Amino acid sequence: MNFIELIIQGILLGGLYALFAAGLSLIFGIMRLVNIAHGDFIILSAYIAYLVISYTGVHPFIALLLVIPIMSMLGYMIQRYILNRTMGDDILPPLLVTFGLAVIIQNTLLTTFSTNTHRLTAGNIDTASVGILDMHFGLLPILTFFVAIIIIFGLELLFSYTKIGRAFRATSDDREMASAIGINTKHVFALAMALCFCVISVAGVLLAIRSSFDPFSGPARLIYGFEAVIIGGLGSLWGTLVGGIILGIAQIFGAHISPSFQILAGHLAFFIILAVRPKGLFSKVE
Amino acid sequence: MDNSLLRINNLSSGYGDFQALFDVSFCLEENSVLGLVGANGAGKTTLFKSILGLLPRDKSMIQFRQQDIGHLSANKLAGLGIAMVPEGRRLFSSLSVYENLRIAADYGRTGYWTIERVFELFPILVEKQKMPALSLSGGQQQMVAIGRALVANPEVILFDELSLGLAPTVVNDVYAAMPTIIESGISAILVEQDIERVRKISQNLVCMREGKIVLSGEASQFTKEQLTTAYFGE
Repeated sequence: MNFIELIIQGILLGGLYALFAAGLSLIFGIMRLVNIAHGDFIILSAYIAYLVISYTGVHPFIALLLVIPIMSMLGYMIQRYILNRTMGDDILPPLLVTFGLAVIIQNTLLTTFSTNTHRLTAGNIDTASVGILDMHFGLLPILTFFVAIIIIFGLELLFSYTKIGRAFRATSDDREMASAIGINTKHVFALAMALCFCVISVAGVLLAIRSSFDPFSGPARLIYGFEAVIIGGLGSLWGTLVGGIILGIAQIFGAHISPSFQILAGHLAFFIILAVRPKGLFSKVE
Repeated sequence: MDNSLLRINNLSSGYGDFQALFDVSFCLEENSVLGLVGANGAGKTTLFKSILGLLPRDKSMIQFRQQDIGHLSANKLAGLGIAMVPEGRRLFSSLSVYENLRIAADYGRTGYWTIERVFELFPILVEKQKMPALSLSGGQQQMVAIGRALVANPEVILFDELSLGLAPTVVNDVYAAMPTIIESGISAILVEQDIERVRKISQNLVCMREGKIVLSGEASQFTKEQLTTAYFGE
C-alpha cells in the first residue's frame, strides 16, 4: 500500500471523526457546554435508525428522514428542560448532568437491546469501492467525507448569513446583552442543541453502516470527537475538520505499522499537538 | 392624568447578601429625559440591572405604563420597548458593525428607526459597517451601541455612562445625536458622572448616593452647589 493511498484513507476517516466532532464543537462554541453524552447520543441515533428500519424496511438514508426530526426534538427538550437549568458561569454543573445522561442512555440501551451488536445494512454501499489509478477507496468513507464537508460548510453558512446564526454568535459573545436586545437565549440554546442533534443523527447512521455497534460504543466516539475538536481548536468548525483529518491520518498510519497500534497512534498525535499548541490549531475561544 | 412611562417603586436590590439599593423610587415621564447622577458605587448600574431583570426584584417594583413588569425577563422587556446602552458598550464581538445593528433590528420592534436612519445619524459608521465591531474606536463603538438600541424602536432607552473612557471631543460627538433621538419620541434615563452635561439635557434629575436617592426633582430647580453637595455628601 503506497504512501498517498494511506494519506487519502486517513483524510477520509477524518471525515467521520469530523462528523462526530462538529456537534461537540458547535455547542461548545455557542454555550460553553461540554457534552459528555455526545458519543452516547450518536449511538442512540443508530439504535433509533435500527428500529425505524426494523419496522419499515427502508434504506438507512431514508430512515434519516425520521431519525433527524426525532433526535433534534429530543435535543431541544434535553437542552430546554434539563441542561438550561444548570447553565451559568460555572461549566461544571451541565457537564455533570451530561455525564449522568451518558450513564442513563447506556443502561437504557442495554436493558432494551441487550449487549448484542447491531449493524445497519445499506445495500452494497459499505463494501463498494472506487478505483483511482492503482488505488482503491471505499465508497462509504468517500461519501462520509463529503457529507462532513457539506455539513460543516452548511453550518458555516448558517452562522454567517442567517438570523438564527447571528443569534447563536451574539448569545455566545454576551448572553446578558443578547437577552437585553430581545433574544430568548434559552430558546436559542435549545435550537443549538437541536441543530447539534441533526448532525449527531447523520453521524450515527453513517457509523452504524460502517461498523457494528452496541450500547457501550458511545464513549470511544466521544473521545475521537473530543480529540478532533481540541486538535482543531475550540470553536472553529473548519478547524474541527482538520483535527479529524489529522486524527484519521495518524490512526491509518498506526494501523499500517501494526493493527493494534491504530487507536494509540491517534491518541499520540493528539497528545503531541496538545503539548505543542495547547489551544489547538485554529482556536477562536479565549 | 398619570403620564408615567416607567415607574420605580421602593426598589431594593443587591448581590446575594449585599444590598446595593434601598427603597429607590422615581418616575420617568413620557417624552422626557431623566438624568441619574451619582458617584461610583452609588448604585446606578445596579439600578439598571434591576430594571432589566438581570438582578432579582419584585413584580410591583417596576411599572411600565402602569403595568407591573418586575417579574419579566430581559428579552420580554425588550419586546415591551425597553432598551439599553450598557456601560462599556458590550457590542457583540464576533459580529460586524452591520450585524450588531441587524440583529437588534431583527429581534426588536418596527418603527421609525432603521439601520439606514442610524447610518444617517452617525455617517461615519457607513464605511465601517463590514468591520468587526470591536475594531472601531471607542467613540464609534458607542455610536454602534446607541444604534443597536435605536433600531429596536424602543419607548425608553437606558443610557449607562455614555462618556466613560471617551475623549471630551468624542463625547460631544456622541451627545450631538441626543436631540434627534429624543425628538423621535424616545424617552431616556441618562446615567452620567458629568453633572453639568446631564443637567442641560434632562427635564428631571435624580441623584443617588450609597444606594439611596438623596435628591430628585426638576433639573432646573437645583443649583450647582445643591447638586454637588448631594453628589459627594456633606
